[in-house]
Amino acid sequence: MSSTQALVCILGMAVITVITRGFFLLSEREWPLPAWLTRGLRYAPLAALAAIIAPEVLLTDGALVDSWLDPRLLAVAAGTAYFWWQRGILGTIVIGTAVMLAAKLGLGW
Amino acid sequence: MPQRAGEHASSGDRTVLDTREEFRQGLKEIVGPSFGISAWALVTGVAMIKSGLSVPLAVLMSLIVYAGSAQLAALPLIAAGAPLWVIWATAFCMNLRFVIFSAHWRKYFGHLPRAQRLALTFFAADLNYVLFLKRYPEPTPAPGQIPYFLGSVAWSWLSWEIPSLLGIALADRVPTDWGLGFAGVLALLGLAYSALVGRNSWIASGVAAAAAVAAFHLPLKLNVVVAIAVGVTVGMVLDRHWPDNAEARR
Repeated sequence: MSSTQALVCILGMAVITVITRGFFLLSEREWPLPAWLTRGLRYAPLAALAAIIAPEVLLTDGALVDSWLDPRLLAVAAGTAYFWWQRGILGTIVIGTAVMLAAKLGLGW
Repeated sequence: MPQRAGEHASSGDRTVLDTREEFRQGLKEIVGPSFGISAWALVTGVAMIKSGLSVPLAVLMSLIVYAGSAQLAALPLIAAGAPLWVIWATAFCMNLRFVIFSAHWRKYFGHLPRAQRLALTFFAADLNYVLFLKRYPEPTPAPGQIPYFLGSVAWSWLSWEIPSLLGIALADRVPTDWGLGFAGVLALLGLAYSALVGRNSWIASGVAAAAAVAAFHLPLKLNVVVAIAVGVTVGMVLDRHWPDNAEARR
């Protein structure tokens, strides 16, 4: 990709950020969403987060992890345990990352 | 805010005080979770250089795209020289969650001029959204919201941009095989956990996760779109036939 193409690509992605983050704020008037859709949309942010997270944890190059001895699974297990114990996001990150690094660097997984 | 007895400050002073207070509160609540974001940003900075972008272009991308998951999804495509529309469609799908978030932001910022509300939401990442809705569950404008928001996004912007620029500068010296970017995934995981309310949201997100994995081979990250559609549908069906009254407990 030439630098000009890459520049156009990046400018386009910036526009996408502005449009997606501000999507329902673009119009001057509020778009009336039907009540059933509003109720249903309360599941959307969680579904979207789950959709970003799950493949990062469960897939390697598009294939399901083939072993339980995967640093990411261990990290998620440790982070999950911490979260439901203390309800802190920072602890979830720190414990999960520490366990992952320990498995990778210490145990060589 | 309860008025303390014997307080003589004029209402103007109070507003200034509350504004600073809320700004600080917004800042304080995001400091902890932002560490995961910083690790993710560092890795993204490195990844931009490794995928062949020049330093000025990588810096530009960091500053004006400011969307980690979309950037990471786009970089291999840029490296492979994929057509622009493929890269943009992929970025759009990764950012689809922000479209849904924006329906909520409308309730709080809808009364502001368009340029102002778009400037605000440009900075509204996942963490800011979840923390803001926790602080202000009532979907209506209220004093303190804007300063809280500004405190929140100011910190998260810095905690993204500084490590990202650092990653660009030190691309050859940051170890990539440690998998530090996974800290960002753990941050999103903690966010998702803290947003779970009621049995049906567990089931809907579990099914969405499975759908995202099952549909992973779809092009353009359409698996994210499929997962959102499936999750919302499952949630709506459950609410109709097996309500958990989570809405009432919010």
